[in-house]
Amino acid sequence: MDRKLNRPDGAGIAIALGLLALAGVIWWDATQLSAGSPYGLGPDAAPKVVAAGLAILAVLNFISAWRGTMPHRERGDLGPIFWIVGGMVALIALIALGGGFIIATAILFAATARAFGRKALLADLGIGFGLGFGAYLLFAKLLTLSLPMGPLERLL
Amino acid sequence: MDTFFALLQGLSVAIAPMNLLFALIGVLLGTAVGVLPGIGPALTVALLLPVTYKLDPAGSLIMFAGIYYGGMYGGSTTAILINTPGESASMATALEGNRMAKAGRGGPALATAAIGSFVAGTIATLGLTFLAPTLVEIAVKFGPEDYFALMCVAFVTVSATFGDSPVRGLTSLFIGLALGLFGIDKLTGQARLAFGVPELLDGVEITTLAVGLFAIGEALFVASRRSHAPEQLEPVRGSLWMSLDDWRRSWKPWLRGTALGFPIGALPAGGAEIPTFLSYSIERRLTKHPEEFGKGAIEGVAGPEAANNASAAGTLVPLLTLGLPTSATAAMMLAGFQQYGLNPGPLLFADHPQLVWGLIASLYLANVMLLVLNLPLVGLWVRLLAIPQPWLYAGILVFATMGTIAAKPSVVELGMLTLFGLMGYLMRRFDYPIAPVVVGLILGPVAEAQLRRALSISLGDPMVLLESPISATLLAIAAIALIAPFALKGLNRFKAEED
Repeated sequence: MDRKLNRPDGAGIAIALGLLALAGVIWWDATQLSAGSPYGLGPDAAPKVVAAGLAILAVLNFISAWRGTMPHRERGDLGPIFWIVGGMVALIALIALGGGFIIATAILFAATARAFGRKALLADLGIGFGLGFGAYLLFAKLLTLSLPMGPLERLL
Repeated sequence: MDTFFALLQGLSVAIAPMNLLFALIGVLLGTAVGVLPGIGPALTVALLLPVTYKLDPAGSLIMFAGIYYGGMYGGSTTAILINTPGESASMATALEGNRMAKAGRGGPALATAAIGSFVAGTIATLGLTFLAPTLVEIAVKFGPEDYFALMCVAFVTVSATFGDSPVRGLTSLFIGLALGLFGIDKLTGQARLAFGVPELLDGVEITTLAVGLFAIGEALFVASRRSHAPEQLEPVRGSLWMSLDDWRRSWKPWLRGTALGFPIGALPAGGAEIPTFLSYSIERRLTKHPEEFGKGAIEGVAGPEAANNASAAGTLVPLLTLGLPTSATAAMMLAGFQQYGLNPGPLLFADHPQLVWGLIASLYLANVMLLVLNLPLVGLWVRLLAIPQPWLYAGILVFATMGTIAAKPSVVELGMLTLFGLMGYLMRRFDYPIAPVVVGLILGPVAEAQLRRALSISLGDPMVLLESPISATLLAIAAIALIAPFALKGLNRFKAEED
């Protein structure tokens, strides 16, 4: 299942560069802080240690990516990932626009089921709607959690 | 004798009807999620955190512990019947267990796993009962510098033992530490890495990170590989009961597995993978039936399964006495304590003895419940595997988003959940371990606070870390644990070149 490339590994190099960028952002942010207590460590010490560690690890990851010794899983399909992430984005947009919890849930449910190979999108929307409805009644009404409100929720 | 008395008192808490009910819900949920591939006990506890914060602390912690123990039992069922272990801790069980199932001996394999788990769980819980008070006495003497050193040991061992490469484990750990930096610095009130986003001022929520990494990340990973890895369910064949010969061959591996699992789990080294594989290779060496190994030897199921459960009980020792989580599930349980404002450690034993001892006593009960539930009901649990995968994961995602938005009603939180999900996918795809990220996020801020406290007490003199004998010893252990894997790797390469 795992395999090793024996040539420079593009994804591994991208990961190393990402780590280096994260280290840079943390370091830059730490320099913006003003020193705190007269004794001991200020608030910028820990970020600088973490940033330095990340930079070292970026280099080590880069070396192993360059040598092609990073373990690689088999390639996965991108289609299902777009469906799930799309479902999450739709859920966030709907909640931000005041569409409410139940409808947003139905869409996420249907999109995820589609990602796992179900073709009956409308039926899954119905099941997701039922699940969202039940979950809303149980958690918002019975356990008094605050869930996003929309037109449907206001009717209940 | 004090311990015995405390345990009796705990028992009176644990058998209160409400707490018994919570324990039962916990073991049922735990077994269910252990059986279902893709969701483990860590994710389940993470999903339940927002839902339970209004409940009674003792009850929900008892439930979390039940989920932890139950997940270990349920994981073995999946490992034996479909060779895709739900947790990495069940990998060793799958080796022989699945072959036994294919050879028509699935019943005895499930039975030796369940009874072995019960024996190991009970002995290891006894170990926890008597070791915890001793450790608490030592932990009381710890100063802030000693705690900082202890965190360093945990950082190194957690990231070096999870996964097979220390660089990848440390990378995961440092990502977790970086996430722990977000938010307002508690000593000076300055915002770190907030970028003007008000939601970031509170820092990264542990539940959002855990749910994103475990639920969304796992769903993305499984969905993307769906067409590549078909799974096959072996029906349970043969009698569920073990023959006299099976018993004779199982009891020693159970005890040996326990002897391996408990100490390794209790050390801040964490992870059930090491003891389970150690147990597997020891049983393979000691067996009187070497010809059966690779074809379904019962010793190869009995030993690792016992080691697995014993190490689960073992990880509760550092968690309860030092506040040190050494597995993903233990980390989520720590988050569970924290949501009630409780901090595991020596003070918890002094301030809330009812709660701690109630929790420990409930572990004995949970073990009995699991034995009773698992053996006769195994057919029922297996039916859970018939839930169509699309609906299972769609349901998980719905509950994941609901839990996140209920804990913190903001769409920014859902955006972070999606990002952590993608990060979890990439980490799975490129084989970075997940647990160190969660441990880094939880322990990073604690380590920073302890170090700063130590240094302000010593008026900024860093030598305080070496002057305390406890701290100096722990830091030395951390340094050795950090360097050893690299040194050994160099040694191996040297040997390989010689051949």
